[in-house]
Amino acid sequence: MSGEEKKASSGAPAPVSEHTVNVEMAREHGLSDQEYELLQKLLEREPSWTELGITSSLWSEHCSYKSSKIYLRTFPTEGEHVVQGPGENAGVVDVGHGWVAAFKMESHNHPSYIEPFQGAATGVGGILRDVFTMGARPVACMDSLRFGQIDAPRMRHLVDGVVRGIGGYGNCVGIPTVGGETGFHKSYDGNILVNAFALGLARREQLAHARAAGVGNPVLYAGSRTGRDGIHGATMASESFDTEAEARRPTVQVGDPFTEKILIEATLEALKTGAVVAIQDMGAAGLTSSAFEMAGRGDVGMHLELDRVPLREEGLVPYEIMLSESQERMLLVTERGRREEVAKVFERWGLEVETIGRITDDGRARIAMNGQTYADMPILPLTESAPVLERPTAVPGDLAARQAAPEVPPAEDPTDALRRMLDTPNLGSKDWIWRQYDHTVRTNTAIGPGGDAAVLLLKGTSSGLALVSDVNPVYCWLDPRTGGAQAVAEAVRNLACAGAKPVGLTDCLNFGNPENPEISWQFKECVAGMVAGCESLAVPVVSGNVSFYNETDGSSIHPTPTVAMVGVIPEIAHVPRSHFTHAGDRVILLGEDAGEHGGSAYLRLLYDIEQGHPPKVDLEAEARLARLLRECIGQGWVHTAHDLSEGGLAVALAEACFGGAPGGATRGQAVCHGAEIDVALSPTHLFSESQGRALVAVAPEHVDTVLARAESGGVVARDVGQVGGDRLTIRADGGAIDAAVEDLHQTWLTALPRALEQ
Amino acid sequence: MKCGVVVFPGSNCDHDVYHVLKHVVGQEVTFLWHDQASLDGADLVVLPGGFAYGDYLRAGSMAALSPIMAAVKQHAANGGLVLGICNGFQVLLESGLLPGAMRRNRDLRFICDDVFLRVERADLPFTRHYEAGQVIRLPIAHAEGNYADHEDRLDTLEAANQVVFRYVSQRGETDPQSNVNGSARSIAAITNEHGNVLGLMPHPERCAEAVLGNEDGLVLFESLIGETVRLSA
Repeated sequence: MSGEEKKASSGAPAPVSEHTVNVEMAREHGLSDQEYELLQKLLEREPSWTELGITSSLWSEHCSYKSSKIYLRTFPTEGEHVVQGPGENAGVVDVGHGWVAAFKMESHNHPSYIEPFQGAATGVGGILRDVFTMGARPVACMDSLRFGQIDAPRMRHLVDGVVRGIGGYGNCVGIPTVGGETGFHKSYDGNILVNAFALGLARREQLAHARAAGVGNPVLYAGSRTGRDGIHGATMASESFDTEAEARRPTVQVGDPFTEKILIEATLEALKTGAVVAIQDMGAAGLTSSAFEMAGRGDVGMHLELDRVPLREEGLVPYEIMLSESQERMLLVTERGRREEVAKVFERWGLEVETIGRITDDGRARIAMNGQTYADMPILPLTESAPVLERPTAVPGDLAARQAAPEVPPAEDPTDALRRMLDTPNLGSKDWIWRQYDHTVRTNTAIGPGGDAAVLLLKGTSSGLALVSDVNPVYCWLDPRTGGAQAVAEAVRNLACAGAKPVGLTDCLNFGNPENPEISWQFKECVAGMVAGCESLAVPVVSGNVSFYNETDGSSIHPTPTVAMVGVIPEIAHVPRSHFTHAGDRVILLGEDAGEHGGSAYLRLLYDIEQGHPPKVDLEAEARLARLLRECIGQGWVHTAHDLSEGGLAVALAEACFGGAPGGATRGQAVCHGAEIDVALSPTHLFSESQGRALVAVAPEHVDTVLARAESGGVVARDVGQVGGDRLTIRADGGAIDAAVEDLHQTWLTALPRALEQ
Repeated sequence: MKCGVVVFPGSNCDHDVYHVLKHVVGQEVTFLWHDQASLDGADLVVLPGGFAYGDYLRAGSMAALSPIMAAVKQHAANGGLVLGICNGFQVLLESGLLPGAMRRNRDLRFICDDVFLRVERADLPFTRHYEAGQVIRLPIAHAEGNYADHEDRLDTLEAANQVVFRYVSQRGETDPQSNVNGSARSIAAITNEHGNVLGLMPHPERCAEAVLGNEDGLVLFESLIGETVRLSA
């Protein structure tokens, strides 16, 4: 590149200043005084208004991870399967047979609380774009949802709106929603969580990147036009809520799944031309983040002419164009001279495509409109040198009280206790939700929602993929380190129940205000627990997202580090179900109970007690259990495998009795099984939540082999009973659960819709 | 048999039915773009599921006006086979190839579930490998599958034996609970007078492989293989 052009740029006049920028205005944009000083230093002058807007978005918590970066760096990100770790639009792992899976999870919490339908819908749209910009065809979605108590103000409206929003978007684009989780807890009364996950598949050589390169290459804009919606969405996601949240509704974007669907097809087809050098969607902070991040990764400059950006209405100023979060838009860099090949594809699909700039060699973003420069900033210092904070941390003042051993009321009528637990939105069936999501489109769904893991076919091979999402926010609130490790361990256990070996995880770390030292402590501890879990269980973190400021009027959510994990199943024909399928099968309980009730569903749902140490997480024991499950499943010995989690053994056995049809649908017509179980536990301990446990059902001829494998594998295993009949009978020391399965099933199946109707 | 799968912008089951036709039942298949005027010599035309043009107006209404539909109508008039699945069924209704209309589901929600269906006609090129009265299980996934028409027109439809599948209980009986979307007379699928056009709300392509746990849909595709019905004009 010629020196003349460089000279020309450094000699260019300072950008026009539409408003006089001062420190007050910077504060209104959420920049601290130090950050404003740093910006002045980087520019060697006062910023223009457009530059201030750009910087406030890039340095917002949402885009810069400034409060979390020092902790996120501690995650293990490498492993034999990792193709692309954190830093791209999505993480990528090798899943065998020449296929790679790109996946990521992201939060859309604040928008969903303000406008649940559009907030949740655009959450799905955004995460899908992160996946297909990698060149991977999206094949599955999951959603991890946390709502407040059903009777909290607006909560029924929020549940309905979020579910309709996810369905409305996912169903239309034709990507199945195959799993996820939904929880209800009062800490989310004023701040619900919507964490959307998407996974796409690509041949390894087809992967695309978001690293701009090639001086002189054109920069293309494709997709929907730019409007005024969502301006400052990233900044909104970096602030706490107050009672005036409603007034922020204009910062929520509006989704158009039809445009997304054709954008998926057009993008994947455009990438096949081989003429695309780099691509990124315009997500949070819109054109600003896509342009700066792509150029930053490639260490190049970018010149943009905003008069060429397709606009929804006239009169948008550069500030608005740079910060708009209008949905379904992509930014691409193509090879010089091959622009037409790419543009033709988008045009064939009826999408607008415009050349809005080019790559330069000066490392600066120069943003002009109608011949005037509105921003002229060095890119790398802005993206890479975004402030990194080490916020003060403090152990919560009431931690000792939280962790004090609770008094556990004995289960005098354990049958009634089980029935009442199954009759809660938390432990009741989530069929009412899943029935509104298309989970069978694409004909890959071998096991849909409702099991331990969703299972997808890897077409053309005999292997499959398993997907799970897990976290127990109550455990995390009582002891964030244990809770973080538990989320990873439970995900590994759930995958193992499908015979899958983990290949990578993505996370969505939802916390309160990091400026509160107790929240920063929670974050630090949760991450430490997750790191320990990932290292012990050999699961790399390949992508993720942090959502802070989840609090309303000073009241924070429980720490919620959602873990979504992907595993590979070598032989899909051997995948067991999470419910009983064969009368006469023997039930084997793996792992040992230690009578742990801290943070348990039993105490919380029946007695409103949230106290104690959460169950201990023995990562080595978890590794042994997962290995044993995979081994036995791989041999084809296991008909049923189901992990023990919330509600302990009693709830796990009840769930195993509630059959389902293949594909996970038609619960209403499910074939249920009874079981007769004997255990040497007190009735209360039937609800203990000791970790590292699972139950399996095997044909009688395999019992001895499985028990022997368990012994050599270092896992305590007991033959505790038999599948059959139409009653669930669990005989314990000094009491028993005994109920008709059909009655329990009806209670469980209708718990959520009944709660929503009341 | 040469098969053409129409791709409207917003079709999303096009790849699924292509997969079954090509890889499961081994037929020659091509995609047909919505704005082309020719069917490229297809014997069987499939209008797949999805949300053609976003279905923002009324399901299928925009697609019914697209250029390829003129060719599809001509093909049907010549006795050629036309199969409309889900959104494809909606397009067939909107384009007048089949009678009636779709309303939103009775409970106004999208429903994804398996349903039981009774086979009312086993003499069609689409159903000849089923048995009349047989109860099969197919998945549905739609928000607008509540079939409706005037009572007298429904009587005519029934009298002409044009109802092909009905929503029933596992035992094969019609009842309000099994009729999940509230369709008139539990109608899930209908054919035209000549029996060469079939519209159905359930998705046979989603249960055509053993690995997905159900092959009831495969029978429909097996019925079609080799069948090129040409009615005399």
